[in-house]
Amino acid sequence: MVENVLVQDPIQEALAGLARFGGAVQADDRQNYEGIVVDRAALPDVALVLRDELGYDYLSSVTGVDYLGFGDYFEVVYHAYRTSGGKGLTLKTRTPRDVATVPSVVSVWPGADFQEREAYDLMGIHFTGHPNLKRILMWEGFEGHPLRKDWQEAYFESEHKPFESRWPGGNVRRSEEYNPFGKNVKYPAGFTMDKVRDISEVDHYEGLNLGVQIEGSGIRTDKLVVNLGPHHPSTHGVFRMVCTLNGETVETLEPVMGYLHRNHEKIGERNTWIMNMPYTDRLDYISSMSNNHGYALAVENLMLKNQVKGYNQPTERTEVIRVLMVELTRYVNHLWSIGFLLNDLGAFFTPALYAIFERELILDFFEATAGSRMMCNYMRFGGVFKDIPERMMAHAVLENDMIRDVDTMEFLHNLIFERLPNFTDEFDRLLTKNEIVFNRTRGVGILTAEQAIAVSAAGPVLRASGVPYDVRKADPYSIYPDLEFDIPIGTYGDVYDRYLVRLEEMRQSVRILQQIYPRLKETAGQSILGIDAYSPRIPNGGESYGRVENPKGELGYYVVGVPGKEFDQNPWRYHIRAPSFINLTALEQMCVGHKVADLVVILGSIDIVLGETDR
Amino acid sequence: MTNHDHLDLRELHDPDIPLPIELQGNLASTNLSRIYNWSRAKATWPLLFGLACCAIEMIATAASRYDISRFGMEVMRASPRQADLLIVSGTVTKKMVVPIVRIFNQMPEPKYVLAMGACASGGGPFKEGYNVVSGIDQYIPVDVYVPGCPPTPQALMHGFIALHKKMEGQRIHNRNSVPWYSKGPSDEIPLPILGPDIVDPRQAAILRQQAESAVLLAEATGD
Ligand code: SF4
Repeated sequence: MVENVLVQDPIQEALAGLARFGGAVQADDRQNYEGIVVDRAALPDVALVLRDELGYDYLSSVTGVDYLGFGDYFEVVYHAYRTSGGKGLTLKTRTPRDVATVPSVVSVWPGADFQEREAYDLMGIHFTGHPNLKRILMWEGFEGHPLRKDWQEAYFESEHKPFESRWPGGNVRRSEEYNPFGKNVKYPAGFTMDKVRDISEVDHYEGLNLGVQIEGSGIRTDKLVVNLGPHHPSTHGVFRMVCTLNGETVETLEPVMGYLHRNHEKIGERNTWIMNMPYTDRLDYISSMSNNHGYALAVENLMLKNQVKGYNQPTERTEVIRVLMVELTRYVNHLWSIGFLLNDLGAFFTPALYAIFERELILDFFEATAGSRMMCNYMRFGGVFKDIPERMMAHAVLENDMIRDVDTMEFLHNLIFERLPNFTDEFDRLLTKNEIVFNRTRGVGILTAEQAIAVSAAGPVLRASGVPYDVRKADPYSIYPDLEFDIPIGTYGDVYDRYLVRLEEMRQSVRILQQIYPRLKETAGQSILGIDAYSPRIPNGGESYGRVENPKGELGYYVVGVPGKEFDQNPWRYHIRAPSFINLTALEQMCVGHKVADLVVILGSIDIVLGETDR
Repeated sequence: MTNHDHLDLRELHDPDIPLPIELQGNLASTNLSRIYNWSRAKATWPLLFGLACCAIEMIATAASRYDISRFGMEVMRASPRQADLLIVSGTVTKKMVVPIVRIFNQMPEPKYVLAMGACASGGGPFKEGYNVVSGIDQYIPVDVYVPGCPPTPQALMHGFIALHKKMEGQRIHNRNSVPWYSKGPSDEIPLPILGPDIVDPRQAAILRQQAESAVLLAEATGD
């Protein structure tokens, strides 16, 4: 176990530390809720005290919840942690729905920047004092704030799934046929073509001072605006950066996202609890297994709070299999990320080909176990979907016309004890001392430890800056306390350090896997089911925050259930703290002053995946 | 039997032209359409363009295990000006459909579109989302649909083979068979507009109708 010096209950400790605010700070005493509720007027001061006196220097997540029909207010929820480790503190503040304003905490925790913009965009909460409050996922000019409970999408059918039109009858209903436009669109009443105004692009170019002459240095030149993306081979998906260049040097950079905003949270709130599991696969689509894990933890926590009948805590076998899957996923993710970082450096596709080849072996194992290569949909509440199979059979193999039939444990043994360790060394030999890699990544995109903590960076980005913060150690879950592994950290916080941290994490993952392998044998035969019989209904009331150390950083799920017969099949609120999204807060700081060719390298070193960034 | 290391000329040969049996496979007598389509199909350059999860499987298809170059398609171009095939590999959002239509318009003809996965074909798991387009075919014409979420590399390759068949079936001399062989340039697809929701300019008439009926409804109910 990690030593925890703070034996005190974080809530009592916080209440004592905040006693000077009197009635403005109270414990949240609703059933199955935790944390403190702060009067919104006092929020900035409370936040400052929390950060500077109580040590909550890391703001993990900010989001809003719409309690329409349950008191009719918005609640803004903050999850704050200490980078020294330990349990976190949940902080809440409320605002009426009609004029929803809350003071911004960006001045205290700059990492709240994008998250507050998201809450403004999707829920319409105004954060006073925010430096740049505008839409972030939807376009400027979009009508309405979709995550409000009374906002309905064009294909709206009913508040909850399963929809009556399809279940239990099994009918097919094409939503297009019920929409006058035959498309997924909805316009305000009386809207016609003459009223169309496209203002979605205006904002990005405002205040950029285009065409300003730059004096000094004897050269007369203009600033240049360059749009990288959304269709760009090196933005790792549909991500866009609007940057102004002075010569080749980046002067300003604005990340523009939302091109893959798939409304995960709105759909998730209509889905039943278990229906969200396959959706989590599609967040960070390289690491579906660990996404599953985080969601399972969040819901399990809520089920435990509610003492759901028939729910069993995960068995040892379940935990062992979960860690096996998650660490394999981490390996795959880092392979992919390093391979494509090299792509961005100009080593086009060769390192990536090496990486993808190893990845395929692991995907074969996933496919044999979960049934799918990428979208595994493997974990269940309290369990996993299926035990690992005895034999792996596949028709798609490297050699033609051969049907593979191998013993799974043998395959895993070979993978874990020979193949992966050897490959990590080979990758290391090929890349680490390469002169070009060295010259292009050393001293590029530096993020200091203070900056990284302030902007709530997570995962390898945070650790490369020298902060040894890893949820697996800082706030342990599953069987990680019994496993031996180190947390690699960097010194300078540059692109090279991020590369080294990832490479070392691959080694640590293999080390964990090697400890897991014997336990996999020991626990063979134990049950892997968490619930006796699956039911879409989970009696739920209260909140829960499940977080895991995803390959890309801390992935958190904030779920809220409200009691009542008609609400117990769906999450009332389902929010995802996406590491890729929040890590981008640091992008501008890292890029300004560098050459334009370094932009893609710095972006590649953050390792974003758009499914998770935009959700 | 022909040697697989060599070009199989029977692929090229026009079956309507008789050829002595001993020459089959060694000699081909064919027509312009056939040889033209055959060369196009064997060297289709896709656009280097990934949208979402499906793009990862597209990359896996391009990598060594599945090896897209067996289809002559490994030359992925980053510029739409040099690409023949647009693989829409993922969820199309309303925000993204504008750039996609622009990219499609920028591609030179003959051009093809392959909708990869459930999302690109019809909205997929995210169909009901407020920012999701129910399939790219609502905005641009699609030649091949590949089902799956994501389609396995094998499924995608099957889609490529279907596309090659389609290409080989097209005729230059039949001017109406494909738009680009007819007289004059073909029309661009109008760019969708991001208003209060996405607006397809081709739907102006329905929009007007809807606005009018809303007004009539309001009058009838005395609002
Ligand atoms: S079809 Fe499935 S895998 Fe493909 S983009 Fe859509 S959700 Fe992702």
